[in-house]
Amino acid sequence: MSEVIDYRSRLSDPTSRKFETFSYLPAMSEEQIKKQVEYIVSKGWNPAIEHTEPEYLMSNYWYMWKLPMFGETDVNRILKEAEACHKANPNNHIRLIGYDNFSQSQGTSMVIYRGKTV
Amino acid sequence: MAAKTYSAGVKEYRQTYWEPNYTVQDTDILACFKITPQPGVDREEAAAAVAAESSTGTWTTVWTDLLTDLDYYKGRAYHIEDVPGDDTCFYAFIAYPIDLFEEGSVVNVFTSLVGNVFGFKAIRALRLEDVRFPIAFVKTCGGPPYGIQAERDKLNKYGRALLGCTIKPKLGLSAKNYGRAVYECLRGGLDLTKDDENINSQPFMRWRQRFEFVMEAIHKAERETGERKGHYLNVTAPTPEEMYKRAEFAKELGAPIIMHDYLTGGFTANTGLANWCRNNCRLLHVHRAMHAVLHRNPHHGIHFRVLAKALRLSGGDHLHSGTVVGKLEGDREATLGWIDIMRESYIKEDRNRGIFFDQDWGSMPGVFPVASGGIHVWHMPALVAIFGDDACLQFGGGTLGHPWGNAAGAAANRVALEACVEARNQGVQIEKEGKAILTNAAKNSPELKVAMETWKEIKFEFDTVDKLDVAHK
Repeated sequence: MSEVIDYRSRLSDPTSRKFETFSYLPAMSEEQIKKQVEYIVSKGWNPAIEHTEPEYLMSNYWYMWKLPMFGETDVNRILKEAEACHKANPNNHIRLIGYDNFSQSQGTSMVIYRGKTV
Repeated sequence: MAAKTYSAGVKEYRQTYWEPNYTVQDTDILACFKITPQPGVDREEAAAAVAAESSTGTWTTVWTDLLTDLDYYKGRAYHIEDVPGDDTCFYAFIAYPIDLFEEGSVVNVFTSLVGNVFGFKAIRALRLEDVRFPIAFVKTCGGPPYGIQAERDKLNKYGRALLGCTIKPKLGLSAKNYGRAVYECLRGGLDLTKDDENINSQPFMRWRQRFEFVMEAIHKAERETGERKGHYLNVTAPTPEEMYKRAEFAKELGAPIIMHDYLTGGFTANTGLANWCRNNCRLLHVHRAMHAVLHRNPHHGIHFRVLAKALRLSGGDHLHSGTVVGKLEGDREATLGWIDIMRESYIKEDRNRGIFFDQDWGSMPGVFPVASGGIHVWHMPALVAIFGDDACLQFGGGTLGHPWGNAAGAAANRVALEACVEARNQGVQIEKEGKAILTNAAKNSPELKVAMETWKEIKFEFDTVDKLDVAHK
């Protein structure tokens, strides 16, 4: 039996904070983010960008970056908006959402730029 | 129309209850039974007998039949079909007028359809294969308190399956030790943990103590991870009064989700509890203890797709569905069939998946299928491929049995799930590429790496007992 390794997660350690889907994987590269945007477009969902100060992570309502990009299928334009939001709010978590208007919910949601957790 | 006259005695059922030319009404409740008749009983008579005994009929003519419009109220056998690959039995299709049943009462429908008729002497065995509930009836039922989409919004989980774990050992832990096991799972990355079905309020752990310790575990794990967490607090109880008492306390403590066993607890209790959950903003997880007693024999009982429909009408946000790949029974195509029955709004007849009727649920929300039992990280690619995102994947031993403990086991499962979802979104064939996906993800997760080493060899490859009926002779 291998040696038991301690699970490193602490209230006092901000790096223990997660942010739902994909937050247990390493931060995505530009290329990986692009693939996820392509997925959202291929599902016919409406892409949207939202952000928040890391201390308000658990709130339902993050700040919308402009409006959801209804009908936008140009992956590069979507990525540009995400980058613009990140540039304007460098310390915030930035999430990419695919709004599914048929299920009246979010088809997916993932943090693509990670702020400094608190 | 000439009035009918009374003539006492025993008539053949077929004279009244076999109508091959009947045109099915949109409002009829339709049932497909698999009938194994006694030797010497012909198919039409057996089918008519089942129609009669599950609706208005009794064994002999009674004069009071003439006080009502029996032609309006009776059930009718309208179609008979061979069972592929089995000459001992046949399918009988029966139509019941909607006014035979009380609105919103799953109890009433099943008291008729699977009542005395199942002990009827002229048949050797009887199985209710499928039921078509007309939208007119569906609209009278409450259904899931939240449903899949509203639950996602409440728990803030999108774009992936929910991850859960049943706390083990099933019985015997003290409340404080039990809360410890919950906390470790949740801080490691699970969304939800679960009371086992037979955890109610035994001498070793009374329900109030369990609820209090579990809630502390949830609150701490939420602060630690920044994610929303829950634990299915089982409120199944000896009496409805006691059940509601437990539900009220769970609400008082702020528990997001409670749990019930709908077959042992009963449809009445379940429907009542689902209504309570809707009124009190709690999610309802539903376990299905006793289903295999009803479902597993291919010639007798009630097929699980029917029990799944009953639960969706009665109300529940989660229902155990089988895993296809784990330790419990489940044929892949048939399981996919009843998973659709739980989640979709309109399901087409599809005999390849054992679905005998179109089923229109209208606006009734869907139920999360829960895959639980004998699954571990190596099953993850198949589970994500089979179930997609709208499911709750529950790893009991596959979390708690991790060599480094529950938190590491939870993290291993979470990493495996997210790696599979990310790959799927990229267009990768995840069942085929499963090993590469997990191996790659394990490079950044020692917890996953150890889990993969621990469970590599475990397989469940017994043949399914209850298969779909196909010609295999």
